[in-house]
Amino acid sequence: MHLDGQLGTLLVFSLPSLSPEDLHMIKNEWGVSTYPLVPGHEVVGVVTEVGSKVEKFKVGDKVGVGCMVGSCRSCDNCANNIENYCRNYILTYGAKYYDGTITYGGYSDVMVVDEHFVVRIPEKLPLDATAPLLCAGITVYSPLRFYGLDKPGMHVGVVGLGGLGHVAVKFAKAMGLKVTVISTSPNKKKESIEHLGVDSFLVSRDQDEMQAAMDTMDGIIDTVSAPHPLLPLIGLLKSNGKLVLVGAPEKPLELPVFPLLLGRKMVGGSNIGGMKETQEMLDFAAKHNITSEIELIPMDYVNTAMERLLKADVRYRFVIDIANTLKSSS
Amino acid sequence: MAKSPEEEHPHKALGWAARDSSGVLSPFPFSRRENGDDDVTIKILYCGVCHSDLHSCKNEWGVSSYPLVPGHEIVGVVTKVGKAVTKFKVDDKVGVGVMVSSCKKCDCCKQDLENYCPQMMLTYNSINHDGTKNYGGYSDMIVVDQHYVLRFPDNMPLDAGAPLLCAGITVYSPMMYYGMTEVGRHLGVAGLGGLGHVAVKIGKAMGLKVTVISTSPKKESEAINSLGADSFLVSTDPAKLKAAMGTMDYIIDTVSAVHPLLPLLSLLKLNGKLITVGLPEKPLELPIFPLVLGRRLVGGSDIGGIKETQEMLDFCAKHNITADIELIKMDQINTAMERLAKSDVRYRFVIDVGNSKL
Repeated sequence: MHLDGQLGTLLVFSLPSLSPEDLHMIKNEWGVSTYPLVPGHEVVGVVTEVGSKVEKFKVGDKVGVGCMVGSCRSCDNCANNIENYCRNYILTYGAKYYDGTITYGGYSDVMVVDEHFVVRIPEKLPLDATAPLLCAGITVYSPLRFYGLDKPGMHVGVVGLGGLGHVAVKFAKAMGLKVTVISTSPNKKKESIEHLGVDSFLVSRDQDEMQAAMDTMDGIIDTVSAPHPLLPLIGLLKSNGKLVLVGAPEKPLELPVFPLLLGRKMVGGSNIGGMKETQEMLDFAAKHNITSEIELIPMDYVNTAMERLLKADVRYRFVIDIANTLKSSS
Repeated sequence: MAKSPEEEHPHKALGWAARDSSGVLSPFPFSRRENGDDDVTIKILYCGVCHSDLHSCKNEWGVSSYPLVPGHEIVGVVTKVGKAVTKFKVDDKVGVGVMVSSCKKCDCCKQDLENYCPQMMLTYNSINHDGTKNYGGYSDMIVVDQHYVLRFPDNMPLDAGAPLLCAGITVYSPMMYYGMTEVGRHLGVAGLGGLGHVAVKIGKAMGLKVTVISTSPKKESEAINSLGADSFLVSTDPAKLKAAMGTMDYIIDTVSAVHPLLPLLSLLKLNGKLITVGLPEKPLELPIFPLVLGRRLVGGSDIGGIKETQEMLDFCAKHNITADIELIKMDQINTAMERLAKSDVRYRFVIDVGNSKL
């Protein structure tokens, strides 16, 4: 634990949630992990101490920390509130901090974070169900705005109905969009329509369904990080449509060029969001009563939760109740 | 029984056609339709040799129907106009590009984006409503609905202007659509052939910094000294690639062979755009991390609508932009195609149809 009297905000974190990235990092699937590794970058808690220069927060405030805890603060991207695209941004866990130590994430009882990378949790949002918005929420909110897929009446597809996908559905509906979920799991259909408010549901392996929906969507947010074919998704887009990938498969995907050209379509990417936009996203979520669907678990359930997460067996995010369950092992 | 190509229409025409996927072209007598009320009859003077013509002659996209008369960079002079024609008169210098018809009713057509109309009809290798085939510009004449005919600017040489009708609009349209027009921004042009060299010229006219990205080091001197490119990057040189990483706002990728996208994506800045206008036969490999981590996109673009094609011609005329060409006679076309397959041309062959014996 590092304590910086000048700038730091000392926090007790109570509710980190499990994101698939945590799983990838724990297993070193991206080859960048150093051990011991304390994951967790959808962290919610309460301020217990503030440094002498802290202005944005006071003790007792409900706050959150997402995927990053530092950046260079001097490049153009940092100056333009897109710290997430700073070349030297520092991840909440598994990264080297300014002082050379490794960052440890939210599966812990306390964190010290520079106030710039802390967001306020709006009063009306419940802490546990809001935690996942700090990564999942901003990851889908940012591209909906950036790629202009937020105009009422537009038709947006969401590929994958997991932690990211279900939040994308909620944001998109709140923006006044028509939303179609594209999924490999037919058993998610009923809940997505009745409970999440989705307008329609396509089973991606059903060729007839996919064919019938061709050329109907203004955009698609693709949350799937396993390898999957892009051709059927490009086919769902209208002319000038945009397929935005927020999951990152390790291996390249096949890009069929003809369909891209013949409809002037595009495939883009997006990576979380800057701090200003993350706060904006939380305020939007509060206004529209958007939170994540969660399963609250004790700390010692985390390994079982990871196994279930691997099989996508969760509706739709696990959240660890740290404050009530993280006990010293000694 | 279906009529022969010579008999199916009232006006005799002569062209050169490929008969099979060897792609070899030879003389082909056929016929053109009657000049309808909305039509313009054009005596063809020049026709550019587009790489698509080569792909089509050899059935590399698997959709060719033989006999196939290619040619969609057509320039000529009007010899007849239909009763309802208002845009042109006899003796006007005109051009015809990649399409000769569309539905005229859908949203795309109404927005001057006939090129994205689901019923857009290509100038060649397509079937008319009456079931007859469309034959392209490697021929002495063509009859086209006035809507799809372009006015050739007065000060533009006909031969060197012909390639603009496909190559020109193919690069101009995405440059406009994807916003590659901010003075001072940095444009990469991948591939220095028919499309690429025109992209360099248009990019410079728009006030952009232009870097050519090529696998052929020997093109560097000409790219800089003759075409006005600001710099030249050999894409197979890892050190040069690394030095140029994250420096470009956009890249127009004109390469139609299968090629790696990762090096190109890495050249782009944050929010950079890689726009592909070449048509490789197979899908490309798209690495996702560079898209996600740099919020970059890969987009496509396909020629342009008629209004925009006219706008492009007028823009080029204003900035004295034409293609760099090698003029050939029709009976040299097979040799030209062989050279084109090896990229051995600076930078477009144009057939001098008017002075060729067909």
